[in-house]
Amino acid sequence: MIEFKHVDFSYEKDRPVLRDLSFRIEKGESVGLIGANGAGKSTVMKLLLGLLSPTSGEILVDGVRVEKKTLPEIRRKLGFVLQNSDNQMFMPTVYEDMIFAPLNYGLSREAAEQRVDAVLQKLGLQELKHRHNHRISGGEKRMAAIATILAMEPEAVLMDEPSSALDPYNRRLVINTIRELKQTKLITSHDLDMILDTCERVILLSGGSIAADGPAEVILRDRALLEAHRMELPFCLAGRA
Amino acid sequence: MNKMEKALHELAEMDELAAGTSPIHGLCAPAKLLTTIAYIAVVLSFGKYQLSGLIVMVLYPVLLFQISGVSVGSFFYKLRIVLPLVMAVGLFNPIFDRRILIQIGTVGVSGGVISMLTLMIKGVFCLMASYLLMATTPIDVLCAALRKFHLPATLVTLLLLTYRYIGVMTEELAVMTEAYALRAPGQKGIHVSAWGSFLGQLLLRSMDRAEELYNSMLLRGYHQHFHYAPVKKCTGKDAAFFLGCTACFLLLRFVDLAQLLGSLFVR
Repeated sequence: MIEFKHVDFSYEKDRPVLRDLSFRIEKGESVGLIGANGAGKSTVMKLLLGLLSPTSGEILVDGVRVEKKTLPEIRRKLGFVLQNSDNQMFMPTVYEDMIFAPLNYGLSREAAEQRVDAVLQKLGLQELKHRHNHRISGGEKRMAAIATILAMEPEAVLMDEPSSALDPYNRRLVINTIRELKQTKLITSHDLDMILDTCERVILLSGGSIAADGPAEVILRDRALLEAHRMELPFCLAGRA
Repeated sequence: MNKMEKALHELAEMDELAAGTSPIHGLCAPAKLLTTIAYIAVVLSFGKYQLSGLIVMVLYPVLLFQISGVSVGSFFYKLRIVLPLVMAVGLFNPIFDRRILIQIGTVGVSGGVISMLTLMIKGVFCLMASYLLMATTPIDVLCAALRKFHLPATLVTLLLLTYRYIGVMTEELAVMTEAYALRAPGQKGIHVSAWGSFLGQLLLRSMDRAEELYNSMLLRGYHQHFHYAPVKKCTGKDAAFFLGCTACFLLLRFVDLAQLLGSLFVR
């Protein structure tokens, strides 16, 4: 479904952020993209969404190359949950935020509202529907942000640090929600416990290229590998590895 | 809560106020918009010495405040910064126009004083009417009404996004002032020497935020066309509100009710 082919990218000349990055994510896979700060995780997301253009190489979504003219088609397939939910929820109420994408994609207001209701019900968030965004808690806002993306019915869900700044209860709520999603998932996070809980495969980025790619259970248990790339074992494995 | 957080809270409160359920909230947005425009036009049309006629125009905002449940106090509080500026308009009139127009006992009141008061009152009334419109109509419904009147889509979207941008900028300002205050205890406000870098940072930060928000819109299918909330269909009740109010405005414009009542009592 998602393919990076020999992608290079740099914000400034002579300071490459990504070097010859190649990987492929199949439909329905859950992939965790991990790495230290500055490894290039967010850049990968932005390239995939067409917010940045690669210096060389190509990115394909369902066989379609990510470029200016294909962006509407590509973006319709990808739902992106931002790290800062405040940047995602820009309308006054949760409902208005959720209906924003379905209306943009040509649904009638009635059909869009039905879809919003279905997503809210699925996530158990009906109570949030008419709440004002500035009146809901951080955890509720994160769940609402996920709901706004699910209302798009995307084929793949991309998430940037979905569990950051959440208390344990809300973190667990978000993890359970992610686990239940049927879509292809690409999640970047420093919360390796969450990655272990939600992803079957992990790509470890380091210095702009792939340092490891394989089953989460294997990579996240490899203390030497993780420490070599400025990371640590997940807390749940730290005592047992 | 610091000043900026308070400002943010006040801004958010406007959205909540606009989501009320009073009979005024229930009127269709185009009717309210047209009535407000009519009111402002009539208020502005009063001559500079027509103070007594103008004062009666207070009836419209007073009635609207009453029916909508919007508090008058909140109006004066929220507009506490703008009001003195409005009041300052015409402050120099008494200097330039010293012709005595009316005599109150032994005190002569000059044309300058009357025209100054007229200007001030006009400003306050117009602000009141605009505030009431904003406080009883959600911004996107208002924008949808503007589109109904065929205002260019770009202009209306700009209005809506500017309204949202004020919130983003205030949020960033709140974070920055708090960070500053925590490292400058005992200092009132921001020191002049930091103003330049502070403003520069504010601009950069709020632009970053605005870009993130815009990206978030693009990623959810936005393509220069905003789908506003559906505008409630105008009914006979809405038409009656607009026509009734406009008729009253015109009546008050051409019949000086205050003077009429005054002359009755003086006789």
